[in-house]
Amino acid sequence: MTDWLGPAEWQAVALSLRVSLWATLCSLPFGIFVAYALARWSFPGKQIINGLVHLPLILPPVVTGYLLLLSFGTRGPIGSFLADWGIVFAFRWSGAALAAAIMAFPLMVRAIRLSIEAVDPKLEQAAATLGAAPAWVFLTVTLPMALPGIVAGTILAFAKAMGEFGATITFVSNIPGETRTIPSAIYAFLQVPGGEGAATRLVIVAVVLAMAALVVSEWLARRVARRVGGA
Amino acid sequence: MLSVSLGHDFGGFGLDVQFQAPPGVTVLFGRSGSGKTSIVNAVAGLLAPDRGRIALGDWVLLDTAQAIRLRPHKRRLGYIFQEGRLFPHLSVRQNLAYGAWFAPRSAPRVDQGRIVEMLGIGPLLDRRPGALSGGEKQRVAIGRALLSAPKLILADEPLAALDEARKAEILPYLERLRDEVNIPILYVSHSASEVARLASSVVAIAAGRVVAQGPAEQVLGDPAILPAGAREAGALITARVVRHHDDGLSELEANGIALFLPQLAHTPGTQLRLRIAAHDVILSRNRPEGLSALNILPGLVQDIRAGTGPGAIVAIDTAAGRVLARVTRRSATALGLAPGVGVHAIVKSVSVAPADVGGTAGN
Repeated sequence: MTDWLGPAEWQAVALSLRVSLWATLCSLPFGIFVAYALARWSFPGKQIINGLVHLPLILPPVVTGYLLLLSFGTRGPIGSFLADWGIVFAFRWSGAALAAAIMAFPLMVRAIRLSIEAVDPKLEQAAATLGAAPAWVFLTVTLPMALPGIVAGTILAFAKAMGEFGATITFVSNIPGETRTIPSAIYAFLQVPGGEGAATRLVIVAVVLAMAALVVSEWLARRVARRVGGA
Repeated sequence: MLSVSLGHDFGGFGLDVQFQAPPGVTVLFGRSGSGKTSIVNAVAGLLAPDRGRIALGDWVLLDTAQAIRLRPHKRRLGYIFQEGRLFPHLSVRQNLAYGAWFAPRSAPRVDQGRIVEMLGIGPLLDRRPGALSGGEKQRVAIGRALLSAPKLILADEPLAALDEARKAEILPYLERLRDEVNIPILYVSHSASEVARLASSVVAIAAGRVVAQGPAEQVLGDPAILPAGAREAGALITARVVRHHDDGLSELEANGIALFLPQLAHTPGTQLRLRIAAHDVILSRNRPEGLSALNILPGLVQDIRAGTGPGAIVAIDTAAGRVLARVTRRSATALGLAPGVGVHAIVKSVSVAPADVGGTAGN
């Protein structure tokens, strides 16, 4: 099994999984918050926030990557500020995670927002009349009822993060062991003569992982929906 | 005692009401769209009225003059919604526990076992709301509201979404609630029969205004009010079960007048409230002879209210109490009906439907 993939290929697979996992887990709380705000609150500038969240979906990924480089690079305004605190994104695997998180964020927010909007506000009112403060209403009614959408959004974001290429390579380059995820590795293998074998093996891994994510998400969503839906 | 004073402008529809709700069931009675639900939502804190004051005893829930507005979760009330609004992701047991969980430690302990038994929901505890019938859902919703140890119960047409059989299933539980739980219940309804069965007092609402308030007999027997319209008009009288006859009839007595109803389950001596729908009453100037109807109440015409159509509502004061009759204006003229004229109100015994017969409220 281990000799089926070469060490460089294993490295790319392991890195991809690590980058995507961190990207998904760290963006999930923000995703839920933004989705809730967009679904339930009305505030000035709501359309601007909505547009900003969706921007990575429509911009060319290279543009998103370059904007990340400009702001989170070591000499960028946010990057230099964070560097003082010892947090560096540029040309690190954490930068790859940031790029993947931002690219996957619109998909995550869309799925969660839809599921929060589907929660009947009348149930939240009922919870309030029973003595639940707003935070408790969210934790005991809104969140559990929106769980199918949250699960779907998370897995969708994970799959998107696994496949992220353009913004990642622009922002954090293509450093083996640090930022060379599966897509970057496939690209790199295809640039050298005789690399087609490795590229093909990674393509197979990518397809299998994507299919697995889809199957798990369907299974989880059905399970959760059954639990939430009563019966 | 709950005292409510509210003003709110919905744009094209204004709400302006003042009323008091003593312990027992106070029914907000009126047609759909008259503003009843808005009043209850304002009491619950789900609607922020432009101006007003709502207080339960000396506990102020809302006072716009003093900028007091308690959030809904601080108001300590049990709201029974028309559609139940059970949490679909929780079991019946968890739904019931939800309100109790958030009740303050200082709140009086509510005996869950007693409530579950009173509502007959013991066998449902481990089910999910999705697996319950409409009537079962509503019983669980009542239990959930009670277990939050509320200081006030609000019920917004809790029976409106149910069919007649389910209504008949729930009504006894609501009656027990009224008789066993000593807190004010504010109950929204547009059904005269529900009012007859449950109300201790009635606040009649029309177009966002209070048109009458007082004991149920008084408000329902006033032909000038008819909050649900002439079709739904009907008066309440109180009667005592005397004995059950072999031929399937029960004999009742209302202040010296004998009434016969199809066999009732109540033991002799029980006080009952009877609703006599206005369209089930025929009027005769002379004591009718050779008539199949058993219940004939002599009395004096007190008032005649002509509607916009061909009909008129006649109020008759009998020894048994106020009775309303719905007749055509032509008949009223032909009979020479006028205040003070003696008539006989002929009540078809079958017209007193079982759902309209209930225990007297509050006393």
